[in-house]
Amino acid sequence: MTTTTLSAPSAPVRPASRRSPAPAARRKAVLHWIAVHAVAVAAALFFVLPFVFVFLTSVMSDSQAMSGELWPDGWHWSNYAEVFNTPGFLDWWRNSLIYAGLGTAFTLISSLPVAYALAKFRFRGRRTAMILVISTMMLPPQVVVVPMYLVWAQQFHLSGSLWPLIIPMAFGDAYSIFLLRQFLLTIPREYLESAKVDGCGELRTLLRIIVPMAKPGIAAVALFQFFYCWNDYFGPQIYAAQNPGAWTLSYGLESFKSAHSVNWNLTMAATLLVMAPVIIVFFFAQKAFVEGVTLTGVKG
Amino acid sequence: MATTTTTAPALRRKRLRERLRTLGFLSPWLVGFTVFFGYPLVATVYFSFMHYNQIKAPTFVGLRNWRYVLEQMPLFGPALWNTLWLVVVMVALRVVFGLGIGLLITKIKSGAGFFRTAFYLPYLAPPVAATVAFVFLLNPGTGPVNDMLGKVGIDAPNWFNDPAWAKPSLVLLSLWGIGDLMVIFMAALLDVPKEQYEAAELDGAGAFTKFRYVTWPSITPIVMFAVVTGVVQTMQYYTQALVAGKLASGVSIGPGTVIEPGYPDHSTLTVPQLVYSLGFQNFNTGAACVLSLVLFAIAMAVTTLLMRRRAGLLSADD
Repeated sequence: MTTTTLSAPSAPVRPASRRSPAPAARRKAVLHWIAVHAVAVAAALFFVLPFVFVFLTSVMSDSQAMSGELWPDGWHWSNYAEVFNTPGFLDWWRNSLIYAGLGTAFTLISSLPVAYALAKFRFRGRRTAMILVISTMMLPPQVVVVPMYLVWAQQFHLSGSLWPLIIPMAFGDAYSIFLLRQFLLTIPREYLESAKVDGCGELRTLLRIIVPMAKPGIAAVALFQFFYCWNDYFGPQIYAAQNPGAWTLSYGLESFKSAHSVNWNLTMAATLLVMAPVIIVFFFAQKAFVEGVTLTGVKG
Repeated sequence: MATTTTTAPALRRKRLRERLRTLGFLSPWLVGFTVFFGYPLVATVYFSFMHYNQIKAPTFVGLRNWRYVLEQMPLFGPALWNTLWLVVVMVALRVVFGLGIGLLITKIKSGAGFFRTAFYLPYLAPPVAATVAFVFLLNPGTGPVNDMLGKVGIDAPNWFNDPAWAKPSLVLLSLWGIGDLMVIFMAALLDVPKEQYEAAELDGAGAFTKFRYVTWPSITPIVMFAVVTGVVQTMQYYTQALVAGKLASGVSIGPGTVIEPGYPDHSTLTVPQLVYSLGFQNFNTGAACVLSLVLFAIAMAVTTLLMRRRAGLLSADD
């Protein structure tokens, strides 16, 4: 785990031994090493300890979890079983997977052609279209939520389900379009020209040439969208709140705490179970993820 | 090539075909933009002039909703203040801390992989889960943080239960999830040309001078980007504030129970929460839409800043 994490190269180690530096300089380098790593350890504690405490509490007995003690007396793994046996918990799990899975698939299918057109076609209004994409990307979702809710609830009678969140993703997602376009811009135009000479239509060029070349970018966007849906709280709160059968993990977790108000141990077990899938996915797809984060900012 | 006939009608046909092709590729977004953005935006403006409780048909009331929200509604002031407070403090501290962690990462020589993963991981924790965890950790009665602080004799604050500390606690939570900025800054820092540092060292520059005259000029665009996107994200700040307030209040909430938002003392009430509260708990559609438009106006102002070249979202040839 230690060597293959996040792909950026670490700062090169200065070849200090080659010229056998003066003892003073050497001492300075050692002190510098100690200072940097002391700060790093302190920072690591800040980032890691919350996970450790959450985990330790999750295996405590009911009474001990109320005590403020740090180390569990016994390892109550049955807490996890109890969380899974909570009525509804497995439904929330299933709903989260449906929302995140379908949402991601719809987003990719609908956003890729748009991103391709914005990256590679020349047409009047392209700059305007880009500005509109970025504007919608930047807009707080709360701005248009009231009328949108009224449409879904009153015209389509779909409140109490996650469909009002999933269906719009089949019509392009601004953030995904933007990221995919940034990535497609890096593919040299010559590949497209040669595909055209070979008689490929635009759609075939997209599917046969672009998609295989843009795999890292597509993977990053897919991950982002999956995590977005998995983490979404506002959406399920608007559309699914009335119907516990449609709740997602992120939404249900909060009500779990309310229902088990004194059982911090169960709540912490549930919290870890909500975090786990995201973190597991991350370890399998680190490279794509970091690539994506960098894509958002650096390639301007 | 077969299609290089240059007669006028053929050329026009080709242009038409290209235009249709572009339209075809853009069509998912064109439909989505119109239906899920254009329509609701127009409807929001419409409803802002209507009295509508989502049961009876809307009736026209002129500027009454606008006056109510901007002049009379008691929660508008606190919500706007909290959102602005978070935008200023949270974004500033996140950028400084993210830059610090990014710098630290580039200097670590042993175990860099471990540290990078450790620093990055909290960013991945789902916001609700992270918030639940922090409400527990900082819980004044039984939380491990105050327990430890108490043991070393520090009089610990009540964090999410104290109006003065609730927002700083949210800032602490946001600093825990600094991973996104860390990666962006790390990439930017590694892009600074090594020769410039060496040249500065030859001139006898110290650490601070090197940062000021070599590092900073090269990373300013990324810092700009982090600030602007941070502002945009923080204006939408909703989930963490809502969940922290609800859980810390300790009120057991069954479905449909309405609780006063922004516990304690409205100190965690943000503008987006107020939109939700007005539109979906009080069914005051008109006031909710007015507030949405206020949020929209602020967001557009920030987005206009984004469109400038310095933030790097649009390049010169767009």
